Amino acid sequence: MSGETIAVRVVAAEAITPTIKRLRMVARDGARLPPYSAGSHTVLTMASGERVIRNAYSLLGSTLAGGAYEVAVLRAPRSRGGSAFVHDHVGEGHELTLSVPINLFPLNRRARHHVLVAGGIGITPIGAMADELAKVNASFELHYAVRNEARGAFCGDLAGRYGERVRLYVSERQERLHVHDILMRQPLGTHLYVCGPEGMIGNVLADARALGWPETSLHAERFLAAAGGAPFALRLAKSGVATTVGEDQTLLEAIEAAGIEAPFSCRGGVCGECELPVVSADGEIDHRDHYLSAEEKAAGCKIMPCVSRLRGRELVLDL
Amino acid sequence: MPVVKSRPVWGRLAPSPFARRHLVFCEVAGLGAVERAFAGTDSIRQRTSLNLIVPPDFAPARSERLDALGFEAVHEFPSVETVLVRLRVSLSQAAMGTLLYLAGGEAFLDQATCLAEACGVAGDGVQTEHCGSTGRRVQCVHCKGMMADVTMSPVVCDHCGLHLTVRDHYSRRLGAFQGVCADAEAPGVLPEPTRIDA
Amino acid sequence: MTIPFKTETFRDDFTFSNSEAAIRRFPFPFDRDAYMYAVNIEQHMPGPAKSATEFPIDIDEHYVAEMADRDLVLKADPLRCQSLPHMMTAEWDLLELLMTSMARDYPEHFSLERSGREWHWINRPLGIDQRFTFEDPATLPLSPMEYITRQCQGDFCLLDQRDDNLWMDAGIVTTQADWSLDFDLGMNFIEWHGPVPLAHEIGVFERALKFLLNLQQGRPVRRLNWTMTINPRLDTSPENYHRWGIDRTTVTPDNVGDKVHLRVELQALWRLPRSNAIVFSIRCYLIKMRELVTQPKWARRLHRVLRDLPGELADYKGLTNYRETTVAWLSKYDDGAPTSPGFHPD
Ligand code: HEM
Repeated sequence: MSGETIAVRVVAAEAITPTIKRLRMVARDGARLPPYSAGSHTVLTMASGERVIRNAYSLLGSTLAGGAYEVAVLRAPRSRGGSAFVHDHVGEGHELTLSVPINLFPLNRRARHHVLVAGGIGITPIGAMADELAKVNASFELHYAVRNEARGAFCGDLAGRYGERVRLYVSERQERLHVHDILMRQPLGTHLYVCGPEGMIGNVLADARALGWPETSLHAERFLAAAGGAPFALRLAKSGVATTVGEDQTLLEAIEAAGIEAPFSCRGGVCGECELPVVSADGEIDHRDHYLSAEEKAAGCKIMPCVSRLRGRELVLDL
Repeated sequence: MPVVKSRPVWGRLAPSPFARRHLVFCEVAGLGAVERAFAGTDSIRQRTSLNLIVPPDFAPARSERLDALGFEAVHEFPSVETVLVRLRVSLSQAAMGTLLYLAGGEAFLDQATCLAEACGVAGDGVQTEHCGSTGRRVQCVHCKGMMADVTMSPVVCDHCGLHLTVRDHYSRRLGAFQGVCADAEAPGVLPEPTRIDA
Repeated sequence: MTIPFKTETFRDDFTFSNSEAAIRRFPFPFDRDAYMYAVNIEQHMPGPAKSATEFPIDIDEHYVAEMADRDLVLKADPLRCQSLPHMMTAEWDLLELLMTSMARDYPEHFSLERSGREWHWINRPLGIDQRFTFEDPATLPLSPMEYITRQCQGDFCLLDQRDDNLWMDAGIVTTQADWSLDFDLGMNFIEWHGPVPLAHEIGVFERALKFLLNLQQGRPVRRLNWTMTINPRLDTSPENYHRWGIDRTTVTPDNVGDKVHLRVELQALWRLPRSNAIVFSIRCYLIKMRELVTQPKWARRLHRVLRDLPGELADYKGLTNYRETTVAWLSKYDDGAPTSPGFHPD
């Protein structure tokens, strides 16, 4: 599904550490940006010459961001893509497109207590959570591991805001985050949220499981699987139209853009309205719908163009 | 009988080696399941406490059977109501890593799971096993009165006197099935009584 | 354009009726001559001018009378409006959605001025003028959900999303087709749909749930559901079924036109921004058979749908006692001519 987007302009770009750049964005048309829940991310679309780069970033807490949208981008060590582009080319005045906020890392609002664990840049969604929990007076504690205080984005902000509820672990000062000890002493009904380097997330979750924490109490950051995909050629046999399905376009959108009317309803792969017969597929059909049965998907005679596409050269539809 | 999706699905007790504390709440009918599940796991038994509802006629053979469990502690309670009070306190004092086990009749499981859920303990944080009474808890949708151990439908509401059909519709928040007036569209004409505890 | 609000009742003397304009805009739910459950979800895009989907929130000539009926229901049974403690953020989200839509689309009736957190709401039809602080519950006379939904047609459920499911953790439900919020509160999507026949087996709920878990902000969706009701009674609750159930036995060939009503629910779903919850609105429209048959296509079609409806669906919807009488009455308006595809009258 190619979702709702918002056209934004960067109004501040600041290196808050040598490797982390914070972008502050407002809507280009001056409209107010929609509020969002802690743990939400947005997908940034950037044009780098011919190339379109799309990266997902967590949104900072709305109090921390003061109404605008803010993301913090870590320069990935050997990045050729988004993070390098942001660091090298995105500054004040730069225009970007954002997806509306999407939350796949939400707080469990029924939890009795929340343990938030962040490592490095993982603080962005975790900080947003602290922000929201503080606002509704929920019980929480935040553990934040950084290499050194200068590199730890937001250390000062967080300590000022949440006082005793925040603990900082600076590895250059030999301070170690012993998650095991923290998890030993939490009241039943606690939920754990962790974000940071992959290895850290794995270790924290493994510790929690070994201490008997149930799966439903464990939460780690997830991003929306990339929509779109590689472009491919499309031919509509009955209408005699040939076109291309671009990497940002759904198959249904490409059909519509070619001026052919096709049925649809939900545009999310469940209602079944847009089903089309496949004449031939030079490549593999990437079925992303929840409508066709496994057998129908395997047979490859039908496709739901609102979400599914081809991994290959050309798709021919009976339309 | 149609498969209805809002019936609770009870499981089978299987102590997790990862849990640091094991809290067992059960009726006498569930004791067999507890004995089976905890057999042969010494290290687990030493971290297990049992809270048992003991009716007056259970006295004779009990001490041997309870001793044989080898649990860290065994507490006895005279009724479901009193054990539920204990359950609430235990859950509020317990730490993460504590696993809750419930074994007994439908009405006991209904109430205990619903209390646990209200304390934030649900999903894979609680294990259940159904043993003994299959009578259901039913809430009259009209007067909201609760009845325990209902085995037949229709049933007369203890509270408002309406004849109720017990629907296969279960509320985890209330821990009860729904009872709805059986003869609203034909006063006095009741459907054939059927067992609902099969 | 101002809406002429009617004075009418949905109980006791049942003076409810539809104007000609209201009949024309009735959201007729059948686009073909047969009916079966399906994942009938579509995007909640603006429909044609004056239709029930012209605006995201539809206010019509029954507004004032419906709000009076809601007040009577809540006075008699406060459990029709409930919210679990973790739903407060979602309540504010809902208040914002309703106030902004109503004020934008019906400016002659409602207005909203916002200056930061200080809001000023005016509801002219109900004579309400309220200043309050957004997200400060102490500045409203009722909880945000109850406050605003007592001023908006339709039932509302707030669904919390967790553990890859949706949980009905708050709502106001006074115009329901025989289900109980008090009973369903705290259930998940699959559980509250438990009693629906056939649909689970054909995968309707599993697919619908997957879709809804991915519902995006700014992309609301809608669907239509339907049943039938004897007398224009909005509050057909299970709580009072022992009082209104008997109505289903009062249908005779002579009174079908006035007594039997098609009841359509226009249901819409929005992702809410601050809470990540989903709001589900259930807007109920009633039409008498006598009013419905003024549209020949609808008369033919409803006759065929009702006649051929699978028995399980008829039983579940509570039609069994009066289906035959109604089908016989409708048959007089069905000459067997073909009907055109789509919902709209010819
Ligand atoms: C997420 C918001 C939704 C809520 C809160 C909701 C709620 C309900 C409730 C309370 C019932 C009555 C069940 C009973 O008999 O007790 C019902 C019926 C039903 N629902 Fe939903 N529903 C939702 C979404 C959907 C969706 C997306 C579908 C799409 C297929 C759907 C399909 C149905 C159907 C087919 C019935 C049976 C209706 C009839 O035959 O009259 N629901 N729903």
